[in-house]
Amino acid sequence: MSVRNEPNVLSRMEKTGSTILKCMHCGVCSGSCPSGRHTSLNVRKLLRKACNDPAVLSDDSLWMCTTCYNCQERCPRGIDIVDAIFEMRALAVQEGIIYPEHRKVGELLLEHGHAVPINEENRTKREALGLDPLPPTVHSFPEGLEEVKKLLTSCGFDELMSEE
Amino acid sequence: MANVSLFLGCVIPNRYPGIEKSTKLCLDKLEVDCIDLEGASCCPAPGVLRSFDKATWLALAGRNIALSEELDRDLLTICNGCYGSLADANYEIKADEQVKKEVNSHLGLIGRNIKGSHDVRHITEFLHKEVGPGKIRDVITRPLELRVAVHYGCHLLKPSKGRVGSSVERPSFFDELVEATGAESVEYPDKMECCGAGGGVRSALPDEALALTGHKLSMIESVGVDCIVNACPFCHMQLDAGQVDLNGRDGTSHNIPVLHYTQLLGLALGFSVEELGIDLNEMKNLEFFKKFV
Repeated sequence: MSVRNEPNVLSRMEKTGSTILKCMHCGVCSGSCPSGRHTSLNVRKLLRKACNDPAVLSDDSLWMCTTCYNCQERCPRGIDIVDAIFEMRALAVQEGIIYPEHRKVGELLLEHGHAVPINEENRTKREALGLDPLPPTVHSFPEGLEEVKKLLTSCGFDELMSEE
Repeated sequence: MANVSLFLGCVIPNRYPGIEKSTKLCLDKLEVDCIDLEGASCCPAPGVLRSFDKATWLALAGRNIALSEELDRDLLTICNGCYGSLADANYEIKADEQVKKEVNSHLGLIGRNIKGSHDVRHITEFLHKEVGPGKIRDVITRPLELRVAVHYGCHLLKPSKGRVGSSVERPSFFDELVEATGAESVEYPDKMECCGAGGGVRSALPDEALALTGHKLSMIESVGVDCIVNACPFCHMQLDAGQVDLNGRDGTSHNIPVLHYTQLLGLALGFSVEELGIDLNEMKNLEFFKKFV
């Protein structure tokens, strides 16, 4: 995975780009990170890399954040750290940097309006519970699904998920 | 009491429908005015889909909230992920006219509009505020003699901006709801820690997710409990199916029953394990089921 277009990640981070420069590298974020206890994610280093290295967008640890928000709640500088991670991830996806499993979730949403659609096993479970085999969501309302599909097209989500 | 529409999301109706059934049984007993939010979609998922494209995330969340506004009802979620997405999106839409305008530019194409007139609720904070532990204690018919590990989950509490706030570090409202059923909420190390599933980690990096889950389970096992109680089907799935995955991968012998709060409350209201779909979990703990025969 490589970054093709854009050298300056910081300037492309719409809301948090300038605020992550406020980081004083105290490390409260990394010390509060439940993922970092078990994985290679180091939130402080990730933010530092975002300031000066476009390769941050292809850093594997960008996707190890469970978005628990401990770092954001505890940051003494009040930096919206998880929001910054969301923005970096969005830039990565625009560059085509995306796990196949995540692309699959996007495709399921495009097709069904659910990221986790119904399956045969759970139709049976629903019936055993006395529920309708399909829930009263877009699964039961095709016109609702059409609305969702129109919105996804209008936002360009179908193009974003398509493999070039 | 606020009238609400029930937002199901994806994981509950399509993977753990017992939680949907339990919620309806409990709200009916508690005389909460709640109807299905028909035609709703994925919230959309806060970890994966919010990571991809914020405009899409806001537009789909906006449609779901607009459907509830059209019914003149607050939107009730029974999942931390749905709550996280919809409450955060509602906050941004209400706080920023420009964001609202952009969302409505998309919603206009399908003949809808979000006004920012209603709130997004989560079943636990809703029951705590609108019903209260006292009334729950009064209506239960089978006080539960259980030691419970309460798992709040991250997105029930965080980000705290825009949420009507309890402490994010040491909250108590969920423990109070659990204890209203007669059960004891047992303290355990790293109680507020993440289950490991969120942020798209479960879907793309399952081994990393399970590392967090295994740690959480070991902390719970260190104090000895009868079950884990959560407020989120994604945590529920990670803590339930995660035990099966860990046992298969590492040869561990995890066997802790995992219940959504509405399933615990349902037991205290006299419903059976089968009516509440507790037996539909991946992890089957027959000793636990026997307590309620």
